[in-house]
Amino acid sequence: MLPHTMPHRAAIWNFIFGRLSLAAFPLGSNLEDRIVQFTFIGVVVIGVAILAAITKYRKWGYLWREWFTTVDHKKLGIMYMILGTVMLVRGFADAIMMRSQQAFAFGANMGYLPPHHFDQIFSAHGSIMIFFVAMAYIIGLMNYVMPLQIGSRDVAFPYLNNLGFWLTFGGVVLFMISLFVGDFSTAGWLGYPPVSELQQGPGVDYYIWGLQLSGVGSLLSGINFVVTILKMRAPGMTLMKMPVFTWTTLCTSGLIVVSFPFLTASLLMLSIDRYLGTHFFTSGMGGNLMLYINLIWVWGHPEVYILILPLFGVYSEIVPTFSKKPLFGYSSMVYATVAIMVLSYLVWLHHFFTMGSGPAVNSFFSLTTMLISIPTGVKIFNWLFTMYRGRVHLSVPMLWVLGFLFTFSLGGMTGVMLSVAPADFLLHNSLFLVAHFHNVIIGGVVFGIFAAINYWFPKAFGFKLNEFWGKVTFWCWFIGFWVAFGPLYIMGLMGVTRRLSHFTDMSLQKWEIAAWIGALIIFCGIAAFIIQIAVSIKDRKKLACGNDPWDGRTLEWSTSSPPPEYNFAFIPNVRDRDAWMDMKENGGDRRPMEGFNLIHMPKNTASGVVIAALGCICGFALTWFIWWLAIASFIGIFVAIIVHAFTYRSDHHIPAADVSHFEHTGNWNPEQQGVAA
Amino acid sequence: MPVKRLLGLLLAAPALLLGGCQKMVLLHPDGLVASEQSHMMIVTTAILASIIFPVIVACFVVAWRYRASNKRATYDPKWDHSPQVELLVWGWPVLIIMAVGGISWVGTHRLDPYQPLAQVAKGTPVPANDPPLQVDVVSLRWKWLFFYPQYGIATVNQLAAPVDRPIAFKLTSDAMMDSFFVPALAGQIYTMPGMQTQLHAVINKPGSYRGFSANYSGEGFTDMRFKFLGMSQADFSQWVAKVRSSGQSLDTASYEQLAKPERNAPVGYYAHFQPDLFQRILNRCVEPGQVCRSMLMAEDARGGAASDMASMQPRGQPGATADSDPSKAAAPVTTVH
Repeated sequence: MLPHTMPHRAAIWNFIFGRLSLAAFPLGSNLEDRIVQFTFIGVVVIGVAILAAITKYRKWGYLWREWFTTVDHKKLGIMYMILGTVMLVRGFADAIMMRSQQAFAFGANMGYLPPHHFDQIFSAHGSIMIFFVAMAYIIGLMNYVMPLQIGSRDVAFPYLNNLGFWLTFGGVVLFMISLFVGDFSTAGWLGYPPVSELQQGPGVDYYIWGLQLSGVGSLLSGINFVVTILKMRAPGMTLMKMPVFTWTTLCTSGLIVVSFPFLTASLLMLSIDRYLGTHFFTSGMGGNLMLYINLIWVWGHPEVYILILPLFGVYSEIVPTFSKKPLFGYSSMVYATVAIMVLSYLVWLHHFFTMGSGPAVNSFFSLTTMLISIPTGVKIFNWLFTMYRGRVHLSVPMLWVLGFLFTFSLGGMTGVMLSVAPADFLLHNSLFLVAHFHNVIIGGVVFGIFAAINYWFPKAFGFKLNEFWGKVTFWCWFIGFWVAFGPLYIMGLMGVTRRLSHFTDMSLQKWEIAAWIGALIIFCGIAAFIIQIAVSIKDRKKLACGNDPWDGRTLEWSTSSPPPEYNFAFIPNVRDRDAWMDMKENGGDRRPMEGFNLIHMPKNTASGVVIAALGCICGFALTWFIWWLAIASFIGIFVAIIVHAFTYRSDHHIPAADVSHFEHTGNWNPEQQGVAA
Repeated sequence: MPVKRLLGLLLAAPALLLGGCQKMVLLHPDGLVASEQSHMMIVTTAILASIIFPVIVACFVVAWRYRASNKRATYDPKWDHSPQVELLVWGWPVLIIMAVGGISWVGTHRLDPYQPLAQVAKGTPVPANDPPLQVDVVSLRWKWLFFYPQYGIATVNQLAAPVDRPIAFKLTSDAMMDSFFVPALAGQIYTMPGMQTQLHAVINKPGSYRGFSANYSGEGFTDMRFKFLGMSQADFSQWVAKVRSSGQSLDTASYEQLAKPERNAPVGYYAHFQPDLFQRILNRCVEPGQVCRSMLMAEDARGGAASDMASMQPRGQPGATADSDPSKAAAPVTTVH
């Protein structure tokens, strides 16, 4: 079925380059190609500048030794956060292009994007925002914070952690290449057949292999975190004494472990359909597209909770810390988290009530969906009662929490509206739905990530983030969100459906333009965030804050900021929830200053970079039917794995003298240093 | 309204002056089914608002009342548990969800799109001797084809029905997955190749309504619109006559022409159509030489190997057993050689 898509030229060229030819490059002079060329020049200029700077300051060795090959969960966490931020800019560029098209493509004006280009943009926007922004951010957060919270020196499988990051990065590379070489998928962020089966070019294949790489990366992280939490907690930290963020990490990781294989399997079957002409999801030969839609949502719905649960954990850390009170209803919070984890597997069908499954099936899934709102409501009440009779400090992380409580509660309300199956027959696939899921993902996940960055940044770098720019970021996002998505709710109620590249009804234009202005305000929010980071780095001396700037409650605040490679010179003994607060209140917070032992730590490895690079090459080769390269790189992956398995020395020891040196001179709170000295 | 003025300044869009506010059709639909669905949406929203709004207000009140600088507020640094409060925080959402869940459960069964209507308007039962208007719908790339088997006519991108007469839709798709949606009439239903879905609806007011595909189906999806015309019985008869007088006929050859991907397809009228065409589209055997799925499945059933696929089809059943009449279902649909 494939050869007819090969270019007409000598067989040898088709052997060497597969179906890749000059036609795949955007060399034309139409507006579409010009946009891509312009972007390409921008990317090249920035890329060359960065590479030149690294070379000039001779940082390649440093980057390779200290970052690329690192197995330190803290550095990997930071790398995930940087990746998430870069991809946020890319995903937002897609968003503003869509908003601009929709704001002006009315009546005789067809807009500046033909449907083929517009369809690629919304497909890329959705998949990038979920897989490479939200997932990168939450895995980064969990990576950085969770081992510190449980008093551990690293995760259970440090090498897998490194591999997982680079696999995700490999997926990013494939997505970015698709911008300049060939097309991207036009099948939406979930790649529904028949669109994904019928689209001939390389777009869907880029999508498939990009997601396969990053999906395996996420799965490895999930396994890693589950084992870490179950096996590596500090002595005394029973499950019911774990910080809530660790609980949500455990539940999210459990969800990842059970649901990501569904993504891998569905995409694999889709790729077999595309490459080998099987009929899993086509309408001929007994295949059925409904199978794909069910399977992908068996992953897709838990995925939504994979994204939000860690942020529920973040809010559960920030609210008590900034209210100077323990979390209200800890047990309720834990049970609610576990309930959400279990229920999130039982709701996937609500994404297609309108497919013709009968009232028995629809009402079952309608009820399970509504049930999830009960534990979620409990959480909101618990945060409210944590603030009650507290001393609430309205600094930047807490602003994000209040913005979240407002925005997310309304998003939850529209969510329950959509879960009422008969109402969903009206609202399904409308702009109301689009507004709803942005409402919970931006209001819940993105707000939470910004809260978390403002909260834990001092831990990671030893200085606080600039308050003023933090507030500007918050207000731009908060106002921008409502200006951008309020109109979408309204248009949804007018019966306007999603993914339209052109409108005939002129009366809608004012709403589309309002939404476009909202997107511009959000852009200011992203810019303010980057300025906030830059300004804070410039003023880092002034903003230096020591190890425990917020009077924290959990163990990560007991070590220095930034923490040493080994996290804790002595593994802490935990007696109670909020272990660090318990120590501070009962005089157990004095650090021992002698009697250090050598510390056993994992050693860096290049295997992650090598395997992910080969995986990325394999994906590219499969996309373009360059079979020799696909086979070679696939064999290469196996060889690299086997070679890695023969690494007998995957560990090293930090001498007691080095530990002692850091503990005496490291970046500790000045006053504490005094007490201890 | 300052926002509006600002936008007017920004664009000076004539649309603003002329258009005004488009009706929120989902809040005031003109079809019985859509208005019942809409009513449920509004009722559940009101119930949900009774918990969401107090909680949002409470969040801001509490955060302000207990702000760190307000030293007069009680500070209780150890208070982290209270059975009464826990009862409230679990009990209140549970009660709300029981109410909303009950509404959804009952409504999902009552408004099952596969069930024939019991009434044509609030309090008006369906007349006993008035069979519903049958419309067989095919979504093509990227246009809509409507068969009227009772009248022997077919149309493209235009659908008409008499006011207050129940309509029984059977729907399938040629290649893509689309969603048949007239917001003013009734909730949407997917159309899928090789499968049949159903929808029952009625329009209660004459008018011209927007219909479209609500599920993305590729390049021409944006233009996949049609007009749905609610008409008096007399107007409808005239409309049927107009379609009949168009003279065109829809057979295998002209269908294959029609099924070619096309954007912005114009309205088309067919005075006749080949009677088994819808069944053949459904069973994926329009082209000469193709074996109909209904035959394959009947063959499977005779062989004792009950089709595994049956369990995965929507309730309309696979093409083969789409009709409740078993003799029809098993009967091989004509294959053209």
